[in-house]
Amino acid sequence: MAIWVTFKLASLTSGVLLVVGLPIAYWLTFSKWRWKFIVESVVALPLVLPPTVLGFYILVAIGPHSPVGRFYSDVVGHPLPFTFEGLLLASILYSLPFAVQPFAAAFDQVDRRLIEASWTLGVSKLKTFFRLIVPLSTAGLITGAVLSFAHTLGEFGVVLMVGGNIEGATRTVSIDIYDEVQALNYAGAAKTALLLLAVSYGVLLLVYAMNRKVWAVWPQR
Amino acid sequence: MAAALTVDCRKIFPGRFTAAAQLGLPLDPPRVLILFGPSGSGKTTLLRCLAGLEWPEEGRIQFGSTTWVDAASNIRLSPQARRIGYMPQDYALFPTHTVAGNIEYGLSDLPTEARRERVRELIDLLQLQGLEQAKPTQLSGGQQQRVALARAIARRPQLLLLDEPLSALDAPTRSRLSGELRALLTQLHIPSVVVTHDWAEALTLGDVIAVMQDGAILQTGLPQEVFSRPANAEVAQIVGIETVVQGHVVANDNGLATVLVNGTTLKGLGTDVSGSAVYVCIRAEDVLLEQAGSGATSARNHLSGAVIEMLPQGVLVTVTVDCGFPLRAVITRGAREELGLEPGSVVVAAIKAGAVHLVPRSV
Repeated sequence: MAIWVTFKLASLTSGVLLVVGLPIAYWLTFSKWRWKFIVESVVALPLVLPPTVLGFYILVAIGPHSPVGRFYSDVVGHPLPFTFEGLLLASILYSLPFAVQPFAAAFDQVDRRLIEASWTLGVSKLKTFFRLIVPLSTAGLITGAVLSFAHTLGEFGVVLMVGGNIEGATRTVSIDIYDEVQALNYAGAAKTALLLLAVSYGVLLLVYAMNRKVWAVWPQR
Repeated sequence: MAAALTVDCRKIFPGRFTAAAQLGLPLDPPRVLILFGPSGSGKTTLLRCLAGLEWPEEGRIQFGSTTWVDAASNIRLSPQARRIGYMPQDYALFPTHTVAGNIEYGLSDLPTEARRERVRELIDLLQLQGLEQAKPTQLSGGQQQRVALARAIARRPQLLLLDEPLSALDAPTRSRLSGELRALLTQLHIPSVVVTHDWAEALTLGDVIAVMQDGAILQTGLPQEVFSRPANAEVAQIVGIETVVQGHVVANDNGLATVLVNGTTLKGLGTDVSGSAVYVCIRAEDVLLEQAGSGATSARNHLSGAVIEMLPQGVLVTVTVDCGFPLRAVITRGAREELGLEPGSVVVAAIKAGAVHLVPRSV
């Protein structure tokens, strides 16, 4: 059950990030705004912030005392914290840099002269993005999706803070392992841990084999 | 006022200079304007301003009745909206697309059948048959250049912008293709702006030349005029060819061509010349002046004529001799005294055949 929840969460997280991360990465790569670094730093925050801190703020932000949380429970009928949807939102924020940074690094590698050539051929910026930039960045896009997937598989602190530990809804594999160990069921923990290890290693093998350059923390300028 | 492309703008290059270019190009009949100058003179920047890829800080760019740029009223027409054909220096072919894919890239608003038809036309026009499905990396330099040209003209642009169209090619290919490019530009009948730093290319391709230095246009005029009558010492130094006259090749014997210039016969190197109409280009420092009646030399050309003008420039003197056409030679003050040159004195100008450059011209 925990495995199903985990995979569902990881797939949805990287799926949403593929949609949300692309415009953010595009903006970060091509904007000439001089205060751009402020946004860059915000996007990178989850890399350095303790998951409990991030989880705490998300919990407060989506809780019944915040406008966002109140709005959500008014519309949907139940509050966001300690549900799968709340957990998904937290995962997306927590994995944001793991998707956006490889995307931005890939966009940055695209020769500007090709983009300019496309513009002069009458092709709009949006169409140039999908017809030229995306096909030239596939390795980086796959890397971003895979890394955010793998990162979500292993998250613990944020899940505990925002999702709680609800069997079938928010109990993920990493929390399951913790529970097994607390219950002194080392055999069960070992089995799950090994699975997570194997999946994570497999995912990284895929990323490294596909593109050895993309594991950059931030695009080279 | 007849339709024209007019440019009057300033662009600031922090720490270098402020480029201030003024330019007018009548659009009807379409002409080929050459932006000529040393590297770093701002030619490419001016071309990119015309393409809408860079923005001048001040001034206007007007194309016919459309304002492309007006800094004062904050008008900045996007490159997409200008309907131009732009070919950057290294072609910038899309590596993810085939040759046909590159050519049809800008044609997505045409219906499929019309698009295929146009691609076929361009493949034929630029002799790319059989390469439709090749990727740009599989092509030679000359083929890449032709694909880039096909892509640039596919949408029937109202202005064609070519940045050093031949510089990425090796020398033999370059001189062969410059003639072909001239023929193509004439056939296309589109107003064009071509950036080059190569004087032979400028003469072959251009109807009008604008000489640039430090972001400013120093002189605009017909190619022959600019080369043989530079407006000032700066332009003279940039063009570096003091004699440019029109001639006709009357015989070509294994690359040693015989050219007739206003009744005077010259021998020159004509390996790259196919047609008969040429520009005859001679650097002043390649011309030797001798007293009439002195001995034989290895030089193939001995032209006798009277001195019509002498311009002292420091230790050197530029002497113009009338050999049926005005020929410029540069000699030292000492040589001038030894030869006793005065306006009217008759001298023999000796020029090696290798110093007589023949550049094809359109008639």
